[in-house]
Amino acid sequence: MATFNLNVNGKKQAVDVDPETPVLWVLRDHLDLVGTKFGCGMAQCGACTIHIDGTATRSCILPVSSVGDQKITTIEGLSEKGDHPVQKAWLEHDVPQCGYCQAGQIMSAAALLKENPTPTDEQIETAMNGNICRCGTYVRIKAAVKTASKNLNA
Amino acid sequence: MTAIKTSIGRRSFLKTSALAGGGMMLSFSWLAGCKPPDETVALPKEWFELNGYLKIGDNGLVTIMSPNPEIGQNVKTSMPMLVAEELDVDWKNVIVEQAPLNTTIFTRQLAGGSQSISQGWKSLRMAGATAKRMLREAAAKAWQVSVDEVTTEASMLYHKASGKSASYGEMASAAAKIEVPKEVELKNNSDFKIIGTSRNNVDGQKIVTGQPLFGLDYRKEGMLIAMIAHPPAFGMKLKSVDDSQARSMPGIKDVFTIKTYPEEYALQWCDVDSFPELVVVVGNTTWQVMNARKALKLEWEQFSDHELTSSTFWGSTVKIKVPGGLENSAQHAKVMAEFSAKGGNVVRKDGNPEAVFKKAAKVVERSYSAPFLAHNTMEPMNFFANVTDEMAELVGPIQTPEFMEKSVAAILNLPLEKIDIQMTRQGGGFGRRLYGHFLVEAALISKKIKAPVKLVYTREDDMSFGVYRPAYHALYRAALDENNNLIAFHVKAGGIPESPLFANRFPAGAVDNYLAESWTASSNISVGAFRAPASNFIAGAEQSFLDEVAEAAGKDPIQFRLDLLDRALNKPVGEKNDYEAKRLAGVLELVRSKSNWGLETPNIHRGVSAYFCHDSYVAHVIDLKVESGKPRVEKVHCAVDCGIVVNPIAATNLVEGGSVDGIGHAMYSGLTFTNGTPDQTNFNKYRLIRHKEAPKAIDVHFVESDVDPTGLGEPPFPPVIGALANALYKATGKRHYQQPYLGEGITLG
Ligand code: FES
Ligand code: FES
Repeated sequence: MATFNLNVNGKKQAVDVDPETPVLWVLRDHLDLVGTKFGCGMAQCGACTIHIDGTATRSCILPVSSVGDQKITTIEGLSEKGDHPVQKAWLEHDVPQCGYCQAGQIMSAAALLKENPTPTDEQIETAMNGNICRCGTYVRIKAAVKTASKNLNA
Repeated sequence: MTAIKTSIGRRSFLKTSALAGGGMMLSFSWLAGCKPPDETVALPKEWFELNGYLKIGDNGLVTIMSPNPEIGQNVKTSMPMLVAEELDVDWKNVIVEQAPLNTTIFTRQLAGGSQSISQGWKSLRMAGATAKRMLREAAAKAWQVSVDEVTTEASMLYHKASGKSASYGEMASAAAKIEVPKEVELKNNSDFKIIGTSRNNVDGQKIVTGQPLFGLDYRKEGMLIAMIAHPPAFGMKLKSVDDSQARSMPGIKDVFTIKTYPEEYALQWCDVDSFPELVVVVGNTTWQVMNARKALKLEWEQFSDHELTSSTFWGSTVKIKVPGGLENSAQHAKVMAEFSAKGGNVVRKDGNPEAVFKKAAKVVERSYSAPFLAHNTMEPMNFFANVTDEMAELVGPIQTPEFMEKSVAAILNLPLEKIDIQMTRQGGGFGRRLYGHFLVEAALISKKIKAPVKLVYTREDDMSFGVYRPAYHALYRAALDENNNLIAFHVKAGGIPESPLFANRFPAGAVDNYLAESWTASSNISVGAFRAPASNFIAGAEQSFLDEVAEAAGKDPIQFRLDLLDRALNKPVGEKNDYEAKRLAGVLELVRSKSNWGLETPNIHRGVSAYFCHDSYVAHVIDLKVESGKPRVEKVHCAVDCGIVVNPIAATNLVEGGSVDGIGHAMYSGLTFTNGTPDQTNFNKYRLIRHKEAPKAIDVHFVESDVDPTGLGEPPFPPVIGALANALYKATGKRHYQQPYLGEGITLG
């Protein structure tokens, strides 16, 4: 066990855990931030995507000891009022079916648009390829990313 | 308008009561409308346990309980829409809550078979209409006017002649005192204001902001985390446990074994007994428990042939032979080929197929197969349990709460009323959460550890536990005469361990000489319903085959099918055909016109398919484009007849999702076995379709219809597989007979 001082969604949080604990489980079990989902535990499905200093990262294989003072952003902290352009676009397109994968999809999309505000279809597909949706909402996700891109640049 | 009775005999399906603090509550047995009003049938008392309700607060806010499990099929939005429609409320004043389970028999509080909407269609509307009628009566009484003169609109009551008006909220308390009417009128379809309009997912905001909604998100003070270890292979059972190291690891509370089903317990169809004894690790946090489980030293041994007795979904008892031994996929393929070479059980025979095949000018014969599939809901199996000597509180994602309530009551030896099952939103179902062994396991673990506990499956646990889509095989033969007419048709289908045959579906009824045979081969690998059970294979096989027969006959594949459907409509063969030829033809015609079928576009390769299952009709045309040697689905054109479309935006989403899911599974997914052990236990090896492989566009068209609505969770999945296979043939010149097609050297995108 060791104490880690994390910066999560702009708040300082101290946790006392095994240094190997993946950030996913620190968030879910210790900080009660359950918006970040568990899907595979081996960086294959994207359900656990968070931002580390703005970069989309799979939290299920990220040991808490490796984070240091980098900023962690989770779906709960993506926007204060749940009105990030990506979140708004997701609602506009009524993207979710079961909804389980969507936090990860949204975090991947938000990171993509930050880096590249006007991605092509191909760039969207490439950036989102690590996020699986068993419900098959891919077509809507792409449309929502484009809407978010348009609104961001309006 | 149609009148609908709100009672059978003297018993009403609805109960009214006043809300504390003002307002009315109308409880209803939402199933009422789907049972035949036959008074000769003795009705069990549970019938009258009311399990849905709507509340109208004195502030005008309407709360509607959504009775059915939400697994992504959007019933939590679309079912309350039915209530709101007849109630004439403003949708923005409606709050939707998930109803807990509180009835035991004769309910259909179940997500399965794409039935939720069709079964709730009358009963949910009746509930809304009843509340509205009572509000109108209350207003008529208050205003001293005839109830016929009281009209409603958007949560308001009006008396036009006197200019009086009142909101539902103002009249709700008075309405609670009105006697429940014996009969109410339902609206004409043409008067619908909410049904047929798009309403966004009621949980949308919560989903996109990551609020706790799912079973895995549930927590309670003092809750522990549990994981199980099950045998690494089907055909094995626990031999010995060395938990000395695991026990001493940080955060670990206990390690023990559980037997899920006691010896004398009678299995239900939704119980899963492939691994009767499990090792359990309980601790403080998920990570600690995961690590401790890795430190277990477990020995396993093979079990021998045995027999299980189980009840079926319909209540009869079956004996299931469970063979011992460790199975392999290569051996499965051999077994399927052997069974297919032998005769099966004749399920249907019309005319004299044997003789006609002998004299045919041309015979086309092809075999198709598909592997086991794991459901892979994105949210792995999990359940919360808090069991004491007196009661059991269970919270989580389950598609069959009322069945599992019975299992758990019997296993814990508690009366049904002491079992409280609450349903969370579910991160996918697809049939997997019909089988609630994980709920029973959680209950047993909580009982043993005497604490609230959440059982969590990892992806590996989930993918290797079983309850798979069976492995299937189908042999088709078609006989053509010298004028290329289809004169005989033969299907022989089977699977490990279930058959995918539907003997009475198209093209049965359209061919004079028809033979359908079925076989099954036993296995110790457990299987269960998977999105559009059996149809999920047989549709693709049949629709690929028909494409090949149409080609052999030199006919356009759509016209070929339509000609057969014409025959089935006008001069059907046999009486048991269980599809409506007209509606199946209808979706084919719609997809033909919407896709501009027949129009040749350079580098666009098209395949078509149509299928009927779960009471809905779906046809697909797939446009494939080959780019740098790789095919990519450019567009899916889809025509659907599911009767009235309750919520178009959600319906379209489901059709898109089902199409993507069907393409993905046919193309990429499959579970294989080596010595009883699944070769794929996570997404590094088990392929699900991804963004780059998904269709670029999907166009969904609904047949305009006045027919009562039917479901959409399953019907779009099966046919798209045929359309994909047929388009791949056009693109590559190669027919595909074995799923996943990826194994045949092709990827999409
Ligand atoms: S849970 Fe991290 S990528 Fe799947
Ligand atoms: S919405 Fe269900 S997995 Fe994506």
